[in-house]
Amino acid sequence: MAKIKGAIVIDREHCKGCELCVTACPTDVIRMEKTVNGKGYHFAYMENPDACTGCANCAVVCPDGVITVYRKKIEEL
Amino acid sequence: MENQSVSTDEIVREENLVYKKTSLMTSKALSYCPGCGHGVVHRIIAEVIDEMGIQADTIGVAPVGCSVLAYEFLDIDMQQAAHGRAPAVATGIKRCWPDKFVFTYQGDGDLAAIGTAETIHACNRGENITIIFINNGIYGMTGGQMAPTTLPGMRSSTTPYGRDIALMGNPLKITEVVATLPGTYFVARHSVHTPLNARKTKKAMRMAFENQKLKKGLSFIEIVSNCNSGWKMTPTQANKWMEDNMFPYYPMGDIKVNGEMVKKKEEPKA
Amino acid sequence: MGQVKLMKGNEAFAEAVIRAGCDAYFGYPITPQSEVLEYLAAQEPHKRTGMVLLQAESEVAAINMVYGAAGTGKRALTSSSSPGISLKQEGISYMVGAELPCLILNVMRGGPGLGTIGPSQADYFQATKGGGHGDYKVIVLAPSSVQEMADFAGLGFELAFKYRNPVLILSDGAIGQMMEKVELSEQQPRTTSFDQSWVTTGKSPDRERNIITSLNLDPSKMELHNRKLQAKFAGMQENEVRYERIDCDDAEYLIVAYGSCARICQKTVKLARQKGIKVGLLRPITLFPYPTKIIQEMTGKIKGILTVELSAGQMVEDVRLAADGKVKVAFYGRMGGTTPAPNEVLGVLEQQFLNS
Repeated sequence: MAKIKGAIVIDREHCKGCELCVTACPTDVIRMEKTVNGKGYHFAYMENPDACTGCANCAVVCPDGVITVYRKKIEEL
Repeated sequence: MENQSVSTDEIVREENLVYKKTSLMTSKALSYCPGCGHGVVHRIIAEVIDEMGIQADTIGVAPVGCSVLAYEFLDIDMQQAAHGRAPAVATGIKRCWPDKFVFTYQGDGDLAAIGTAETIHACNRGENITIIFINNGIYGMTGGQMAPTTLPGMRSSTTPYGRDIALMGNPLKITEVVATLPGTYFVARHSVHTPLNARKTKKAMRMAFENQKLKKGLSFIEIVSNCNSGWKMTPTQANKWMEDNMFPYYPMGDIKVNGEMVKKKEEPKA
Repeated sequence: MGQVKLMKGNEAFAEAVIRAGCDAYFGYPITPQSEVLEYLAAQEPHKRTGMVLLQAESEVAAINMVYGAAGTGKRALTSSSSPGISLKQEGISYMVGAELPCLILNVMRGGPGLGTIGPSQADYFQATKGGGHGDYKVIVLAPSSVQEMADFAGLGFELAFKYRNPVLILSDGAIGQMMEKVELSEQQPRTTSFDQSWVTTGKSPDRERNIITSLNLDPSKMELHNRKLQAKFAGMQENEVRYERIDCDDAEYLIVAYGSCARICQKTVKLARQKGIKVGLLRPITLFPYPTKIIQEMTGKIKGILTVELSAGQMVEDVRLAADGKVKVAFYGRMGGTTPAPNEVLGVLEQQFLNS
């Protein structure tokens, strides 16, 4: 049986910390970092990477286009 | 669990890429406030132009307002128009270059207050262009003043006690107005605050640009959006407020498709 | 030798813009210049040359349609009369700021407000001192005949593209409405040889994107842009001054007048010379740039200047600046709708300079 596994890469320096990706994520992958980036914004990161399905919902609603999404089909043995 | 053995590094590879910012967006950081819908709409426009392969034939018209600098973020030829005049500027371009793709990007103050005449007449002439109308019920750039689309009772810096209909008139549903004009071919209202809504907006945007290719007349897409700074809310709060207050007044969905009015039916809340 | 016809000034202008290879006209009806749009509509220029013609919803929309067309490198124009030109000022200011070429015809009528539909020259300040907001100038051509209404169409476009700046033809209700013999030039092709590297027709892979804008939020960059514009205006002043001198060689008195007023004053010169008064006429053809130098040169040789205008006295300020107090500058004007007779002007000249 195959499983879909995803991952996102966040351009931390261009993230403005609006948290819309957190709301948009159906599998509760994303959280906001406690530290801030160069512009003083808390930026998004993958808190639960294993739950990511690569659905790209976060990237679709990101106003600043800082999220890149990857997805891989993994064959389970 | 088996898949725990697959690390993020193994997934983040070029061959597994499913979504990245289109190259038609410039590398310049967007000047909009955190959570503002402008960025998403910009990206949807850029993606549609990219996917249709029409960068070399597209001219955008930027308005006065927060998106006055839209040309800094979209890697296409653009003209900056005087406040409200984008549909006239677009008319001038399109009449001279009927085979090019021309769109305007306008806010509520630009399109539905100072530029009402230009909007109505471009729509009525059926100019073969796309008008993208961002409605956030407020003047964002000048500091949150009342817009033609500000809701009854809604506070702004010029209606500090809420919009009083008796004094300031009613919010203008200009999208419904232009839909009644024979020159409009496709009129729809969408939002970009959830993945589903953003995807619907993109579908509509694609249809609007395809209509230009087919020389069908004017396509008009309203996007009900947020203004977190102007509304004085967090982005998440603003989107919730928008769903609860803006959507009942400005309902989502197609208003006119293929030149025919869509029969009214209750749209479920997004 | 081109075709010779008897035409109204407005019609001659309209025919000439088609023949000059103009790409697009956007306008709104207003008396006394509606014949421009009417003539073009009757000619169906989209069939003759492929020229775009559109009656806009307002003067404001029309000038912004011109902005859009000009931003794609097209030779676009609009025409109107005084109240309508006031409405276009925002667009003209934007076009100068964004460095867009275009042609604008103002067939002046009397003001202020709705005023009167008769000829006037009361828009001189508006035309030559900017007109809208910001530090800017447009080249102003002042025709005094139907022939010049036709000739300035081609010249106007040439200058507009040379400087990437709007050019204004400042005519008036008399020149627009009167009929005269006019020699029309041959049809020119709608092709252009000017630099098109800046136009917005879609970003091709081989170039950076082009942006038409007058906005610059960085004040230091905005100042640089303004200095660039000012250098352009200085270049116009250096190279584009045009004027006509009539009977000036031995003149003791000089009349300065432009447009329809110059036509009247040409007769005054004749009447004066019949009486033995040595009067000459200086007719500025460009109102910006103004023929300041030639007035300066002439002040040493003459006893007095009379400036005649269809206004309360606007151009006279530029004449006085040029004369710099070295010679008396008198003024006579009628206020729009009414025009002075040649002997009326002669009477003023005699009263001002000979009877004292």
